[in-house]
Amino acid sequence: MSALSARTRVAVAAGSATGWMSRVTGRGAGATISGRVINRISPHALDELAAGLRVALVSATNGKTTTTKLLTAALRTGPDPVASNHTGANLTSGIAPVLAAATKPGLAALEVDERVVARVLDPLRAELLVLGNLSRDQLDRYGEVHAVGAAWRKVAEAHPDLHVVANASDPHVVYAAQPARTTWVRLGLQWRSDAATCPACGALLDWSTDRFRCPQCGFAEPDTVNVLDGDTLVLADTRVPLRLSLPGQWNRYNAALAITAAVDHFGIDPQVAADAAAHVDTVAGRYMTVPLADGRRARVFLAKNPAGWSEVLHWVAGTAASVVIAVNARVADGKDPSWLWDVPYELLRGLPAAAAGDRCLDVAVRLRYAEVEHAVEPDPLRAAAALPGDEPVLLCTYTQFSALYRKFGDGDA
Amino acid sequence: MATRESAVRVGLVYPELLGTYGDRGNALVLVQRCRWRGIDAELVEVAAGEPIPDSLDVYLFGGGEDDPQNMAAAGLRDSRAAIERGWQGGGVVFAVCAGFQLIGHSYVAADGAVLEGIGLIDAVTNAGPSRLIGEVVVDPAPPLPRLTGFENHGGRTTLGSGVAPLGRVVSGGGNGDGSGTDGALAERLMGTYLHGPVLPRNPALADHVLRWVVGDLPPLDSTWEERLRAERIAAGTKTGLTKWWQDRMLARG
Repeated sequence: MSALSARTRVAVAAGSATGWMSRVTGRGAGATISGRVINRISPHALDELAAGLRVALVSATNGKTTTTKLLTAALRTGPDPVASNHTGANLTSGIAPVLAAATKPGLAALEVDERVVARVLDPLRAELLVLGNLSRDQLDRYGEVHAVGAAWRKVAEAHPDLHVVANASDPHVVYAAQPARTTWVRLGLQWRSDAATCPACGALLDWSTDRFRCPQCGFAEPDTVNVLDGDTLVLADTRVPLRLSLPGQWNRYNAALAITAAVDHFGIDPQVAADAAAHVDTVAGRYMTVPLADGRRARVFLAKNPAGWSEVLHWVAGTAASVVIAVNARVADGKDPSWLWDVPYELLRGLPAAAAGDRCLDVAVRLRYAEVEHAVEPDPLRAAAALPGDEPVLLCTYTQFSALYRKFGDGDA
Repeated sequence: MATRESAVRVGLVYPELLGTYGDRGNALVLVQRCRWRGIDAELVEVAAGEPIPDSLDVYLFGGGEDDPQNMAAAGLRDSRAAIERGWQGGGVVFAVCAGFQLIGHSYVAADGAVLEGIGLIDAVTNAGPSRLIGEVVVDPAPPLPRLTGFENHGGRTTLGSGVAPLGRVVSGGGNGDGSGTDGALAERLMGTYLHGPVLPRNPALADHVLRWVVGDLPPLDSTWEERLRAERIAAGTKTGLTKWWQDRMLARG
């Protein structure tokens, strides 16, 4: 840390103190508030803190925390130290303390909020940007998907030499990443409800084949030799089996992106990268188990928006013994839970279920119209304890999840 | 009701374009509230790009983002004659947010660009200086009870002098043009800014719409819908200290 200015050193010290205060007073995990203090005291802290680091940024609506953790795991098989913020503290202020604590020279794999990419890319001198997907999220706060995609595209236009690893199957991501030096991976896109119109010209996209195409302007899914094929990632001529510990098809998307980035940009061996990713089994509390009153445990999933819920419901319907739907609509969740009606809860018919959370009545009415028999119990752990099965599944929105993580988290960050 | 021979056709128009805020829920509620009463009903999805038929019993137009709304407007204009035939022939028009704007004459964007609607009602919308976001409570004319919804829009809608609003805004923005009203009400036509979606939260409103199609309805247990409605009305009408406390609690997490 010797190269840092006195001002930045003071800023980081003050930030760490604030973070400690935040943790011991139980107000939060400390990363966001401490970063805010750092930025206030030393506005150029990020430039200074990133000196000596090769920075990769990861962004997406869904999966950025997991993708960052998988990328970090793959990079740690190499010789360089790797710093990472895979705790979900992904705003400008959340990144600073991670960089301050990083070993330099070294690598940094950083998750960044979709709307923060443009602000941090230059000060961090990021050399790689990994872009996963864009879909509606917290409509009351953040507005439209198209606006986020357009902001990403401006970043790419301003940095034509920036290396991007991006999902070729998401029209918003393709539109955003096209101007940069992009390595495409074909992941497939299950949630298409936010990609009906062409991001380039506004016409209706043709989804009649598995690959999108705009009949008006020709905007289309780019060709690529990198394809996720079931449980195998194909990188040109190399076939890499994934065999993840993490559940669900959506984590294969995350792993495919992370491994492609590690291989293509950092030169990690594909199988070595995949083996490292395969060992990751929880990600900042996602997929952790929590104790129930009767001695059983429930497995916790985080789902933040309709695309995420849709993915996880398909998995739950085929796998779980019972399920709790725990929904809050606080500021951090988005105060409008109307997305409940865009998600196919009908998939849960026949599965023992419960509606929970601050908005358990909204969930109860949604499940009634889906004809899913359910109990109603605001407390998610009590709701889970009343359900059958060895390991009930607990599906949570963000603030429900973070309350459980604060209480039962294993500090895997 | 018993005289009806064919299934009630609930049309969800352009769900890919006009479905940003759970608008599918309104269609699902209408269909299920028919079926649970033994009335045959089907959900008819009209995909974007397809012509809208004149044979629907309910035309549901939902909310959408700017680009999709432009696309939807073009499709609605192309099918205007069929929609009007369907409506005049006994069908119901139920339009929410962007859909409500599009059944009026026009939507004028912040940059002055004019998006032409289909003019089923005498109403014009202008882009406002800010978005109206949050819980809304509306008192409609009897026999409808107090309504709850969630709004998220930048439009300011002014009704023509011959058009009745859906109701008076108790809290929230609604039409937002200074009239203190929300939506529009005409024969077998309803427009509103209330999302939520609005019909799952307001079972009496759903049944009101259905009565326009099928006449008298047998009763249906709506305990859970009414509990949700009461909770949302309570949340939407808090003022002063209790509102401050509620906002504080919502900021936790």
